[in-house]
Amino acid sequence: MAAAAAIYSLFIINKSGGLIYYKDYGSAGRMDTNDSLRVASLWHSMHAISQQLSPIVGCSGIELLEADTFDLHCFQSLTGTKFFVVCEPGTLQMDALLKVIYELYTDYVLKNPFYEMEMPIRCELFDLNLSQAVQKDRVALLGR
Amino acid sequence: MIGVGKIKQYSNVLDKPLNKGKQEVSLSAFAFLFSELVQYNQTQVDNIAELERRLEDAGYAVGARVLELLCHRERGNRRETRLLGILSFVHSTVWKILFGKVADSLEKGTEHEDEYMISEKELLVNRFISIPKDMGTFNCGAFVAGIVRGVLDGSGFPAVVTAHFVPMEGQQRPRTTILIKFAEEVLRREARLGG
Repeated sequence: MAAAAAIYSLFIINKSGGLIYYKDYGSAGRMDTNDSLRVASLWHSMHAISQQLSPIVGCSGIELLEADTFDLHCFQSLTGTKFFVVCEPGTLQMDALLKVIYELYTDYVLKNPFYEMEMPIRCELFDLNLSQAVQKDRVALLGR
Repeated sequence: MIGVGKIKQYSNVLDKPLNKGKQEVSLSAFAFLFSELVQYNQTQVDNIAELERRLEDAGYAVGARVLELLCHRERGNRRETRLLGILSFVHSTVWKILFGKVADSLEKGTEHEDEYMISEKELLVNRFISIPKDMGTFNCGAFVAGIVRGVLDGSGFPAVVTAHFVPMEGQQRPRTTILIKFAEEVLRREARLGG
């Protein structure tokens, strides 16, 4: 059963740190709306600060945060939109999943004429394909 | 035809042979262009019916041109004059050149003699589009309905063509049906020509 709850939640934040998409998977780490907004803007600032503080020139910010109870994987697109998943410690291939989610975002959100840039994502097709992608990932995890 | 592929580059559009078959454009490029078309028209209208009409008009211009090209390319400068002939021309030849496949189905309406339906499980123009709930039954397939109307009108089969979402049993997504309602004169002429 442990593998079934591998992903706790998914966040997408726009380039100014506003939460535009949030989804809970499983029961662990469930948050109310205010908390999720807080986490989103907090992560946005931490990410920006890490970029400035890094000793490496041209650092693109935190990609993985490891805590005792969760891992946080982050992917930032070239335009500054950030995708991050909170998952069970040690879950593998989260960067691949983030790439898949980014691809779904470019297809079903950016090519949708009724989506307004930087605004919360409310696209049926994105939800549908996202849940399929996450499901597939879970099946892969269970099959390990 | 829309899909992913390479096409030969001609420096002058006039050098390009008219009867050259398969040519493909990027699906992403088309999706973004179509999205912009819808967004632009949205800024020009104040209700959904008007938006639908504008998309249909945009499609009509495409249909009229596609008819000219295909009559030359596929049919040796002849065009269909019978009802079933023109319908199967739209369903297979036109669909194939625009979307790379024939339409999923072509049916006759059960209630009315003058109605025909072309259905598509997933219409290419709708592939990336989610209609917001507050827009009700609006369907971007209106553009394709316009193309069909352009082809039919150009060949002397005036008709009213509309696009609708039809929910499918056991499917999460509704399919799109293009409903064609021919003008009275078309059916009269068809009856005169006989079977």
